[in-house]
Amino acid sequence: MIEFHNVAYALPTGRQLLSALNLQVQRGETLVLLGRSGSGKTTTLKLVNRLLTPTGGDVRVNGVSTAATDVIRLRRSIGYVIQDVGLFPHFTVERNIGLVPRIEGWPADRIHQRVEELLQMVGLEAQMASRYPQQLSGGQRQRVGVARALAADPAILLMDEPFGALDALTRDQLQREFLSLQLRLNKTVVFVTHDLREALRLASRIALMEAGRLVTILPPEDFLRSREPLAAAYVRAFRDGLDSATNRGAL
Amino acid sequence: MNFFHFLLQNHDQVLELTLEHLWLVGSSTLLAVLVGIPLGILSAHWPVWNKPVLGTANIIQTIPSLALFGFLLPVPWLGDRADRLAILALTLYALLPVIRNTYTGIRGVDPAVVEAGRGMGLTTSQLLFQVELPLASSVILSGIRVAVVVSVGLATIAAAIGAGGLGEFIFRGLAMVNNQLILAGAIPAAVLALSADFGLGWLERRLRPQ
Repeated sequence: MIEFHNVAYALPTGRQLLSALNLQVQRGETLVLLGRSGSGKTTTLKLVNRLLTPTGGDVRVNGVSTAATDVIRLRRSIGYVIQDVGLFPHFTVERNIGLVPRIEGWPADRIHQRVEELLQMVGLEAQMASRYPQQLSGGQRQRVGVARALAADPAILLMDEPFGALDALTRDQLQREFLSLQLRLNKTVVFVTHDLREALRLASRIALMEAGRLVTILPPEDFLRSREPLAAAYVRAFRDGLDSATNRGAL
Repeated sequence: MNFFHFLLQNHDQVLELTLEHLWLVGSSTLLAVLVGIPLGILSAHWPVWNKPVLGTANIIQTIPSLALFGFLLPVPWLGDRADRLAILALTLYALLPVIRNTYTGIRGVDPAVVEAGRGMGLTTSQLLFQVELPLASSVILSGIRVAVVVSVGLATIAAAIGAGGLGEFIFRGLAMVNNQLILAGAIPAAVLALSADFGLGWLERRLRPQ
């Protein structure tokens, strides 16, 4: 579905952000890119919808090189969700969600119907449609962000730390809803996070990145048992967090 | 109240000069908007243009108005009619606030919003017309407002080259040492400036994103 063949990306200044990346994302799986900031995970994500163009190698979506695809068509066929959501503040929720269908020329009643369906899908009430983004809570905004990305029913969904700015409880809830949504919709998802807990919970496979390279790629259950030093360090840090909380409880 | 008496007596002429004044200000502002907004967009989207465009507009702003009128006088087609010349000079002065505010307004749009728009597959022009310009509109309008208010004042100087407008009264009054004549030009000009400021300010608040 999505393939990276020996992909490199360097800034115009010459700084290498990504090198020799080989990766396949299977249809219907949730591939989580896990890593620290600066590890190249967001860069990897942006290469898929060509917000960035690779400086080496080839990114393929559905077997076609993105370099050879019309970039506007490519992006409209891929849902994109970012941490800061980026809802259009001068549009209502309905217009935000219906934007791509509208510029794709869908008839108004079909857009309206689709918006209602999506609001329900992401757990928002129908009357939210007429609200403006600034009237919503952080969690509601990101729900609208997800609905907007799903509007034209793309097969691929790119999510860049979508729940990163939310409080723990809201994040937990949205993760849960994401899982049940994904069970129904079976999208091919590439999900960026620095949070192992989130990765373990949502991923079909976890791709661990560091300093612009792919370190390892493992299903969550194998990740926990991995002997790869960086993966082990992640797991240790995660376990330590839990343990110290438990210990303090025992005192 | 001698002054109001004067206004009443000469209301035809006051009206005529006010209309001329409005013509000078209105057409030059329109031209400045038509040229300045695209230049502002250009410099916001392609940073290489930023310095030359804003720099030139800045330099124009520093030329004293009377001198600018004088410089333009010998230009062939322009010099034929004083109002043409005045409109061009006023346009040049109005450019800076329009360009600068267009630039600032567009650069001020939340980067996340722009990134989301690009990621969703909006074309550059869809992004510009549906997202960037609407969100920058109140900032752009406040630039136009500054341009208009400044133009109303500057346009009085256009009378020095015979372009008409309320400056006629002022210059005539200065020559004849007649305060009433000066006020007959200055007060309507001030009223024009204040009402333009108020009207555009109101519009600007309406356009400002909540």
